[in-house]
Amino acid sequence: MKNTNLEFWDTIITPHRGWFEFRLKELWQFKDLLWIIIKRDVVTQYKQTLLGPLWLFIQPILTTVVFTVIFGNIAKLSTDGLPKPLFYLAGIVAWNYFSTCLTSTSISLSGNAALFGKVYFPRMIMPLGTVISSLVRFFIQVLLLILMIIYYSNFTGTLNLNVHFTHVLLFPILILIMGIQGLGYGLILSACTVKYRDLRYLISFGVRLLMYASPVIFPISIVPEKYLPYILANPMTAVIETFRFISLGQGNYNFNTLGYSIFMTFVIFFIGLLLFNRVEKNFIDSV
Amino acid sequence: MSAVVKIDNLSKVYRLGKIGSQTFSSDLKRTWARIFRREDPVIKYAEKNIRKEKGDSEYICALKDINLEINEGDVLGIVGKNGAGKSTLLKILSRITSPTTGSAKIRGRIASLLEVGTGFHPELTGRENIYLNGAILGMKKSEIEAKFDKIVDFSGIERYIETPVKRYSSGMHLRLAFAVAAHLEPEILLIDEVLAVGDYSFQQKCLGKMKDVSKQGRTVLFVSHNLGSIRALCDMVVLLEDGMIKYHDTAQNTIEYYRNSFIRDIGIKSFKIEDNLDAYVKDIKVTDLKGNILTIIPLHEPYRVVVQVNLNQEIKKCILGIGFSTLENIALRTIWSKPADLERGEYEFTFTEENIFYTGKYQLHLGLSMIDGKIPIQFIKHAITLEFEEFVDSQIAIDSKSGLIINQGEIQIHKL
Repeated sequence: MKNTNLEFWDTIITPHRGWFEFRLKELWQFKDLLWIIIKRDVVTQYKQTLLGPLWLFIQPILTTVVFTVIFGNIAKLSTDGLPKPLFYLAGIVAWNYFSTCLTSTSISLSGNAALFGKVYFPRMIMPLGTVISSLVRFFIQVLLLILMIIYYSNFTGTLNLNVHFTHVLLFPILILIMGIQGLGYGLILSACTVKYRDLRYLISFGVRLLMYASPVIFPISIVPEKYLPYILANPMTAVIETFRFISLGQGNYNFNTLGYSIFMTFVIFFIGLLLFNRVEKNFIDSV
Repeated sequence: MSAVVKIDNLSKVYRLGKIGSQTFSSDLKRTWARIFRREDPVIKYAEKNIRKEKGDSEYICALKDINLEINEGDVLGIVGKNGAGKSTLLKILSRITSPTTGSAKIRGRIASLLEVGTGFHPELTGRENIYLNGAILGMKKSEIEAKFDKIVDFSGIERYIETPVKRYSSGMHLRLAFAVAAHLEPEILLIDEVLAVGDYSFQQKCLGKMKDVSKQGRTVLFVSHNLGSIRALCDMVVLLEDGMIKYHDTAQNTIEYYRNSFIRDIGIKSFKIEDNLDAYVKDIKVTDLKGNILTIIPLHEPYRVVVQVNLNQEIKKCILGIGFSTLENIALRTIWSKPADLERGEYEFTFTEENIFYTGKYQLHLGLSMIDGKIPIQFIKHAITLEFEEFVDSQIAIDSKSGLIINQGEIQIHKL
């Protein structure tokens, strides 16, 4: 006896999932878990550490000092007339968020294999949680940047702040681009590392190389004409320059490059989503 | 009764050997087939999942063409040898991995008790972990809040609820984890006893919880090697063999069928010549007192176990031991011959039993040793299967529940 008309199933398990079947409804059902995972990430990150959240300040400050000495004072790279520490700090803060998103989401499948091997929930929760919980760290570092800006503009007079209020409105857009782009790369990599483990070693190395291809330690204005297209092809270039522009009032900001960056971000994210979606359902067999 | 789980033609193929670095060419072949809607080439070549045999194909079918319908409120047991596909089936149903072909449809929330303590974070407190673990298992935050006090109460660790879980003893850890899982209240519960960790009392707790759940009219899928608990808890039982459903019937019938599959030989069996040993068992037979070979021993009739032993040399204080066990290998008793100094040659050891009987089927194991059993010579596991009649006649039913029957035993009657 089959009453096919009245059949209603909550879950249908099939071998192949469509390329474009993202199961967003299911993701929504697990929003409580997402929130708890975010809270867990934030709370546990600095438990039982000596300096606790102070590390959030120490790391960018030390990096800024090193960059100022090496790239600013020894290599004498231009900083677009901005105070060197401010110039580097702004780049580092923005780059840090992006690279954290990328590296920590790139291990979201293989790193959680023990958990995923025992219980099902939308796997996307994990990378999504990472991207959102990393925001806390980013905001704290932005606070550091703001403190530095106040110091430089009020006490040393070396910073001539001419930031328009309207430009600050770009800030959330930049955050979205950095987060989504990092997540997109991370998803692609996490899908690939499941099959080919050796890629994992390439990630931290690759991220460092990518940093040198982004205007973190140099302004776009000193890039020679013939290299400019390559530097601009990196979708992070416009983000870093715009971030500097809205925070320090100096930087290469225009709608074309930012528009390109937004477009590429969605392309990368979409590819990541497709691959991740493809791999997640069976990856547990191959870890 | 409506089906809450419906499995159609479900198969799962695993690739043996270097899992994880799937070759590009086989990936390509499969993609090609998918595009042109042909049969998946991998599944066509995949062999039956037989552990012992060495196959040519590097693919094996962990599950093959499983069709199963489970109705609401059913308690379905799944039995089978190791590697028969039991856990794979549960894994597919709990969506940890996906099938290679076929489909499974599920109505209601599904949860499994093998996930006890999954996702506990050592740095978080008990309270925080209840929320984390509950959410991972699919509970909503409001649900956890509503059940929070009950969970803490059940776990019995109120005092430590604000302590990080890493400071917990393993017992406390387990208690908290189980308390969360027990309050999940899914419509369908999956239990894999094979994978269940914990001590005996914890396992009993799992079984107890399972009974409660089934009483509430929920559906339970229970995988176990323990036929006793399967029989006690399940209505229907599925026997999986080499990834296929071999038998699907009531608990009683399936278990009977499954047990029969362990039977090797009945009546008489010969063993191979062992010239390297000091002595070896040549053959064993089960007979009546006249020497006729019995395949089924009638209840209340005496029977004999006759063992022929060949001595390649002289043996001091030779002993033959006969062990009795159930088909599930639970030892029942052991008897042995008086030590005897024997010359080289062939001997017949005869064991006659007149007033102790069994019902059902049993395994016999043989052991040869010398010097009062201090030096073993040969041990034969599952030498032969004894089968006793289950019924005396149609009036008095004596089945395997009667256990060991001591006929005309020493029960005296006094009128008071």
